[in-house]
Amino acid sequence: MFNKLFKSSKATFQTFNVLYLVLLLGGALYALKTFHNYMDIYEEVILFGSVGFFSWLGWNWNHFKKIMILVFATSLFAIQLYQGALSNNEHVFLLKYLIASQSAIMWMNVFFVLSLLFYWLGLLTKNNLIDDIASSFTSVAVLFGFIGLLVRWYESYLIGLDIGHIPISNLYEVFILFCLITSLLYLFYEEKFNTKKLGAFVLIVINAAVGFILWYTFDRHADGVQPLVPALQSYWMKIHVPANFIGYGSFSLAAMVSVAYLLSSKKILTSYLPKSTVLDDLIYKSIAIGFIFFTIATILGAIWAAEAWGGYWSWDPKETWALIVWLNYAAWLHYRIVKGLRGSILAWWALIGLVVTTFAFLGVNMFLSGLHSYGQL
Amino acid sequence: MSFAVSMLVFLGIASIIGTILKQNEPYENYIIKFGQFWFGFFEKIGLYDVYHSVWFLTILLFLVLSTTLCIIKSTPAILKDFLAFKDSLEERSLLSFTHHFVIKNKKSVNTSKILHYLKKAKFKIKEKSKENGDVLIIAKKGNYQRLGYILTHIGVVVICLGGLLDGNLIFKAQEIFGYKRIETLDIPASKVPEVSRLGISNSSFRANMTLAEGSSDNVAFVRMKDGYLVQDLPFKITLKDFRINHYSTGMPKSFESDLVISDPELSQDITKTISVNHPFTYKGIAIYQSDFQDGGTKLDIKLRSLFNSSTSQKIDGKIFNKVKLDKDQLTYEFNDFKKFNVLHLKEGEKEKPRNVGPSVTYKVRNSSGQAREYLSYQYAMPIDGRSFFISGMRETPQEEFKYLKIPADAKGSIEEFILFKDALQNKTLVESVAKKMANQSANADKNNDVKESFEKSVNKLMTLFAQGGFSNIAENIDKNIPDSEKQKAVQTYLKIIDIASSEIYKDRFNLKDKELNQSRILFIQDALNAYSDMFFYGVPYYFELISYEQKEASGLQLTKSPGQFWVYLGSLSLVLGIFSMIYLHERKLWLLIKAKGGVILALSSNRKNIDFENDYRKLIQEIKKIIH
Repeated sequence: MFNKLFKSSKATFQTFNVLYLVLLLGGALYALKTFHNYMDIYEEVILFGSVGFFSWLGWNWNHFKKIMILVFATSLFAIQLYQGALSNNEHVFLLKYLIASQSAIMWMNVFFVLSLLFYWLGLLTKNNLIDDIASSFTSVAVLFGFIGLLVRWYESYLIGLDIGHIPISNLYEVFILFCLITSLLYLFYEEKFNTKKLGAFVLIVINAAVGFILWYTFDRHADGVQPLVPALQSYWMKIHVPANFIGYGSFSLAAMVSVAYLLSSKKILTSYLPKSTVLDDLIYKSIAIGFIFFTIATILGAIWAAEAWGGYWSWDPKETWALIVWLNYAAWLHYRIVKGLRGSILAWWALIGLVVTTFAFLGVNMFLSGLHSYGQL
Repeated sequence: MSFAVSMLVFLGIASIIGTILKQNEPYENYIIKFGQFWFGFFEKIGLYDVYHSVWFLTILLFLVLSTTLCIIKSTPAILKDFLAFKDSLEERSLLSFTHHFVIKNKKSVNTSKILHYLKKAKFKIKEKSKENGDVLIIAKKGNYQRLGYILTHIGVVVICLGGLLDGNLIFKAQEIFGYKRIETLDIPASKVPEVSRLGISNSSFRANMTLAEGSSDNVAFVRMKDGYLVQDLPFKITLKDFRINHYSTGMPKSFESDLVISDPELSQDITKTISVNHPFTYKGIAIYQSDFQDGGTKLDIKLRSLFNSSTSQKIDGKIFNKVKLDKDQLTYEFNDFKKFNVLHLKEGEKEKPRNVGPSVTYKVRNSSGQAREYLSYQYAMPIDGRSFFISGMRETPQEEFKYLKIPADAKGSIEEFILFKDALQNKTLVESVAKKMANQSANADKNNDVKESFEKSVNKLMTLFAQGGFSNIAENIDKNIPDSEKQKAVQTYLKIIDIASSEIYKDRFNLKDKELNQSRILFIQDALNAYSDMFFYGVPYYFELISYEQKEASGLQLTKSPGQFWVYLGSLSLVLGIFSMIYLHERKLWLLIKAKGGVILALSSNRKNIDFENDYRKLIQEIKKIIH
């Protein structure tokens, strides 16, 4: 009888998956039908490629599927509320206080801060219920973040048809992307390794980004949508930037888990944290996935550079630092996989890796000039 | 192996140098930065173009060589392992595996069920019966992981070779042996000798070409060190039109060039529009929109004399040309024209940047050859609710511009300031105003001497001001008045200048006996400040742009890069390699079913981690289930 029940739940699971795919595909077909005059062949490929990518992620990870369905539904609802006029984000209550892009992003910030607090509370009190709350806060933050980005995408077209573009073109936008990708990666491992104790660490780096977003919004007033400079007007941006940020996100995740590993190995919080072998494995897996995406992102960047700047490699500071980041993690993986190195050295190395990565991400924009000067601080 | 890794580390450090020191700048910049001695030293070790220096290329070559050796050394073993099923293992060696498991005394094992399970778990299987009746099952999976090693390393080698192919190794060799030389003189391309030219057959280059609208050319320039090389092209490019489209905010939206490519081998010209992100490739040469500049815009200019009354002269300028004023021994050199200038007029505030209209950058050189650089805008721009004509001046390129701010009149023109300035310099007018002020002053009727001395001092003060502005008066105060009374004197003087200027203004613009309104009072204040700043402007003319006829030039980049294909191919191999190395898990399994009863299971992998432990546990569970 149990077997039967199991089977039927498996069947519902499959139905759910198929429904999800149909939903994604339907959305993409609708977009194609409505906007094909504004898209070139590459953008159409990216559209359906992302249907594939998102359904693959959803099939393999149920939680992601649920978040995505909520994201899409809420974003579509928000778009309905706009009725084609940007000024409605001041007039319509739900938009103004909840799901207009900037409100949603503020809610994302709030929930990230809350989940950091709850994760620490849960860790120190060894209370699983609080951990669960923290984890759901992270999911809610991700939900709001994605809604914020999607609605912002729509809002940018309301500002001007020629101004509209995917919101991953300046530092404010990519910081949001960074928060979302890092949290998703973390939530995935949280489920897979069945431990919610590491959120206390991973949420630190996410909250650093949240701090940056707040500073950028309130002090620099740089949260507005800016039109794209000619060099960024390319379909390549849609793949190059997210791929890069999966890299940055994973490397940050690995570094934060390394902090937990190092503390644990120094007998600090040891009894509160997962076993060191688990931490070690998580660091490795995270760097591995980051490395693959970072490699792909760099190669795609080279192909884009060949189109926009006239050469696949110009030794531009950003390119060079990307190479340094790549070499760093290549060596890390080499020592781990081929030489079988384990333990604190790798954890320290992963932590230093974050410094190098942060410099490649932010430092280059702050201290060095070059072709990649889109996000000036 | 570790040699290659240390090469990589070295490469990383070398690369950092190139990001800290700006590469391929004009050599003068480096001389200013480092001084003559260090400049020469750094030049010798190739710091200004690190990525093409001999030592950097040598590291790359070593990297390629050692990685190649790595591949050659490891490939046979990897391939052997990839293909082979190790079926010669005995019971003893199986027991020595770290991950082995023994089931004792179990007879009549269902081999086919085990095989079925292993097949389902995606193992490749071989079965071998031994002489003593034992059966050894050898199974493995994920062994493409081993090929990942070869793929990644081949990827690195191919990428580096592709990169070297597109580098300038051949030219470097030719330069060393004296076949080629970098041209450093600023001469027309047609006059550049053969030794500094790269032929049509040159297989790899990255060159630049600047075409003014309506012009055409069949050579491009490769910038190198402190000079350049001329790259001959197998076709001629004509620029028909260059356009910049703008967003409503004034930011550039697109740069487009309409090109015509004429090839003697073709009967018809090719017409093509290129833009950023949309290059055009012809005969293996990709043509990119890289930048833009002025192409010789014609300027209609009025020079307003600042120190002589009301004289002005018209000159016809053209960007990149010079105009000499014989009378003043001054040469105007016109450097750049910009039709749009999008500026943040209020710094730090959340105000949208706006377009303030055309500007001209030019140099004024005096008879001794010294030059100051100027930046003048055509129209007045709003600052603090008022309107000013802005003109920047600097003496060296390292400095920031210092701005002369001349107030515009109600019509948005400079005329009123010019007339007012003439009036300030008009001696008779100043005298009459001084007289009037003396007559009107409070103690005028008391004493003629006092009156006269007051009239004299007003006159003197205004003459001083006319000759040198506020700073002239400050100098005078410094020289003639004791410290204790300075403060008071300054206040009195300023007040007198204020009243006198207002009177002069009223007189000049027929406003006698009228009260001046606030905007006129502000205008006079701004005008006096501008008048004082004029003396530091460095040139006795105000530059007024009357009209212009714009001509733009498009900056094209032309590249031929035979290595690109190899770099992409190498990248593909690299990605596949990394993927298989990380995500394929190699598992080798031996299952010895003994004729006498009992089963020994051993599992191995070249990487033992948590996943391996989990797989091992699961495998034992399943096999146990099948056997029991």
